[in-house]
Parts: sequence; C-alpha cells; structure tokens
Amino acid sequence: MLSLPALLICIGILVPFVTAIYYSLQRYRLSQPWAREMNWGQNYLNFMTDPGFWNTLSVSMQYAFYTVALELLLGLGIALLLQRRTRTNNFISIMLLMPLMTAPALAALMWKLMTNPGFGVLSYLLTLVGIEDFRWGSAPGSAMFTVVLVDIWVYTPFIMILLLAGLRSLPKQPFEAAALDGVPRFQQFYRITLPMLTPYILTATLFRLLESIQQFDIIYAMTQGGPGDRLTVFQVEAYLNYFQSTNVGRSAALLMILWAITFFISNIFIKNWLRLRERARGEI
Amino acid sequence: MEHTGTLERILRAVALTLVVVFFMFPILWIFLMSFQTNETILRVPPSMVFEPTLANYKALITGKLETNAASIEINFLRNLWNSVFLSVTSVSLALLLGVPAAYAFARHKFKGSEDIAFTLLSFKFAPPLLVLLPLSLYFQKMGLADTYIGLIWVYQLICLPLILWIVRGYFEDISPDIEYAYRIAGHSWFATFRKIALPLAGPGIAAAGLLAFIFAWNNFIFALVLASADKQPVTVGALAFVTASGIQYGQIAAAVVMSITPTLALALYAQRYLVEGLSLGAVKG
Repeated sequence: MLSLPALLICIGILVPFVTAIYYSLQRYRLSQPWAREMNWGQNYLNFMTDPGFWNTLSVSMQYAFYTVALELLLGLGIALLLQRRTRTNNFISIMLLMPLMTAPALAALMWKLMTNPGFGVLSYLLTLVGIEDFRWGSAPGSAMFTVVLVDIWVYTPFIMILLLAGLRSLPKQPFEAAALDGVPRFQQFYRITLPMLTPYILTATLFRLLESIQQFDIIYAMTQGGPGDRLTVFQVEAYLNYFQSTNVGRSAALLMILWAITFFISNIFIKNWLRLRERARGEI
Repeated sequence: MEHTGTLERILRAVALTLVVVFFMFPILWIFLMSFQTNETILRVPPSMVFEPTLANYKALITGKLETNAASIEINFLRNLWNSVFLSVTSVSLALLLGVPAAYAFARHKFKGSEDIAFTLLSFKFAPPLLVLLPLSLYFQKMGLADTYIGLIWVYQLICLPLILWIVRGYFEDISPDIEYAYRIAGHSWFATFRKIALPLAGPGIAAAGLLAFIFAWNNFIFALVLASADKQPVTVGALAFVTASGIQYGQIAAAVVMSITPTLALALYAQRYLVEGLSLGAVKG
C-alpha cells in the first residue's frame, strides 16, 4: 500500500510513454485529423534523409559537449580554489549557489536584458574592447556561444558543489605521504587527487550530460531555437513541431530518439561508474 | 599544510575575484535595473549611478503598465500567486505520499525493490516533453487541461522521485536496531515510524522538501505546455511579459527580481540542507 505513489508515478509516466511510442508510429497532424493513420516506421525512416533532423542531432550534441566540458573544467577549477575551509571560501561557495537556484528560463531572460544590442551592459563592455555590433543570441554565428554562456552561468555551481564535497572528503594520508616523499604538487594532483575524485567527476558529468542534451528552458527563453534553425535542439524542435506545425508524429519520433540517447548514455555511465568506484577504493 | 608563495596567493585571489564577478554580476545588474526608469537604463555608457525609483514594482503590483503606446493590464501578482500555490501544494502532497513510501523502500526489501527504486530515479531523466505532450492530449479529454489539479499532478513527476530517492537514503542510514528496541517495548509499527524514524530523518526530509520546492518553483516547461495565462507561474509569466510590446525594461527586471527572490532567499537561509540534498541526490544515486 505504501508503494502506491510509486505505482501512481509509474502509471502516470508509463501511459504517456507508451502513447508517445504509438504516436511516433503514426502519420498524425493535429491540423489534418482525417489523414491520421499508422505508418509504422516511416517517421523514423524519413529522418535519414531529413536535413532538419541531422541539424537537430548535431546542434544538440554541440550544446551538450560545450556546456559539459566547460562546466567540468570551470567547476573543478573553482572547487580546487575553494578547497581549504576558510571563512572567505565558505562564503563564496554559498554565494555561488545563487545562479543554480535561479530558474533557467529566468536566467536566460536576465542575460537577454544584459546582451540587448541597444542598451545591454555586456554589448557595451564589448565595444570598449573594440568589438562593435556583436549580436549575441540573434546572430547565427554567436547564438550557440550565448546560450552556452548562460548554461555555464547556471550549472557550473552544481559541478562545483559536488566536486568540492568530493575534494573535502578525500583521505589526508596519501597527500601527507606524497608531500613527505617530495612529490611535486601537480603530480600529486594527477596521480592522487584526480583518480580519487573520478567517481564524483563521473557522477557530475552524467547528471549534467543528461540534462544538457535535453535542455529546453534556456534555449527556448533566449531564442526559441533561432535564429533560423541554429539552436533547434531535440526538445525545442519537438515543441515547435508539435505546437507550430502540429506534426505530432514527427515530434513523438524525435522525442523517442532523444530518450534512446539518454538511456544509452546513462547505461554506459552507470556500468563504468560502478567499476571505477571499486577501483578508486581498492587501489589506493 | 604547504607553503604558498606570494605570487600564488595573488593569482588565487585574482581568479576568485573573477569567479565571483562572473557569477554575481548578472544578479546585481538586474537588481539595479529594476530600480531604474527606461531613460536611465538606455543611457550610453551604462552606469551604476542613478536615482532609484520604485515605479517598476508599483506598476507590477497594481497591474497597470504604462508604456509609450498605451496602458496595458498585466496580472503579474497572479503569476506570483500561482507559483506559490503550485509549489507549496505539490511539495506538501509529494511529502505526504513520498515519505512513507521512502520508508517502505528502505525497510522492506523485497525482490525487485532496488529495481523499482532505480526505475523511479531514471524517470527523472526521461525527456519531459515525451511525457507532457501525450499527457496534454489526455488532460484535454479528461477535463484536466489548464486546471490546478492537473498541474499539481504533473508536478509530482518532479517532486516525488526526488523526495523518494533522497529520503530513502536517510532512512537507510538509521540503524534498524533502534527501531527494534522501540518496537520490543510494545509500540506499534506506526508509532515507531512517527516517533523514531521521522525525527531521525528530519534533516533529510527538510533537504528533500527544500530541493523539491525549488525545482517546482523553477520549472518552466510543464506550465508552458499545460497552463494558460491565468494558471501560469512566474517562469512562464515573466517570459510572456517580454513579448508584450513597448514594455519598460525596468519592469521586466523587476518581474525577474520578484520571481527569483523566493528561491534565492530560501537557498541562502537553508544552504546547509541544500548542499547536503544536492550532494546526496547525486552521489548516493
């Protein structure tokens, strides 16, 4: 009886999920209900020759790669800077929670106000260093840069928090022994810190990667997938397909592929994660 | 521990300053913007010196926005109320349903219970639209489209897995021996849960509830798909605001400030619980 809520969620998700599979196998446009029919795998087959689909795949991958790679580097760097438990460091790490607690859609809105070509403070700062007329989210060349920047602003603190918790929980003995033996600090970092931190890094990467490849809020709030189809990542493309071109079939098929990708990624990670965690504990 | 040279200390200080500026500046700037009129916002070069005005907040609270073209009525307070109502009810319901379930999962291991718990967590990773789009069609048939009940139901998809997962971890950390001792003294199963397990897992429940509240408040896509203007929370409402033409930028900034203040204040007030919840949700998982 206590598992009732669990059951409710399962039903609440499984029913729509099965429905989505069903829709993805149909020719189904809300604007043409009379033409609705099963076309089995046709929606998926169409993707092979559909440049729009390949654009979506490529843009999603780019977005996920840039955000996760940069956030990991930055998050690790900041965590290392804040590692020692001083009053200032603790204060800063609390302040850094604020971007993470800001709704991503509203964060995009804040950055939109700051990057407005007319009065945006960031546009103005760029003119000071000689970059005139940088159009941020509204130019094809810089749209990706702009949304990735907002994503970094929101989510780097998440990685920082996890890695900081990891760094501070590492045992002291290996470092003391290495220091006694005169091992240089950068070697301590590569040989001891990094391997012991790997489970934390992997967890952070998994969580961020799965969220990043599904990102909707920041991109939709900033450019609605534009300019043109520059930022039509999976969920944005599926949303536009559903609500603008009312193509339910294609939208569902896109989301199924996105789901398959996330499932695939999480499986790889979980397998490696368990193995690495054992190794990190066993060897050192 | 080790000697840090002067150069290294300076470099560290510079790096930390850059970090703080990058992450804090946007919040500070929007905060300042919300106290300015369009004239001072549009100045070139931008400046932090201005005569503060409360006009933007006044306009949002009275709901009458004066623009160059005309006076528009926008009910932003309604959005704010929707956010409060949806988040509070969703989290309360999720705690009511989720905490006993988490306890059951932690204490009564049956065949496949690990699998069920893991499947539940994995739902956190399903693309939201995959569930939302079919659900919106069902909701239309069931008359739940654009109702608070429908929205609260859907918000459970964010809140419940989170609470189940985090609180289960806390219950598992409580030694069953304490509970056995209490039960042997003749207390019922329910009394043990209420008097022993609940208080001991209190910090975990607080952390999970706090995190669920913030996730619910910050959610955008659920209400964007399922709610019309009078049911929309601030995340969707503030965005709709921008498209209304001729709006004063200071009013957008004020709307953003009003929308993010509750979560930021909550986060700073209870940051310990929050960090614990975030780390536990990720690391134990």
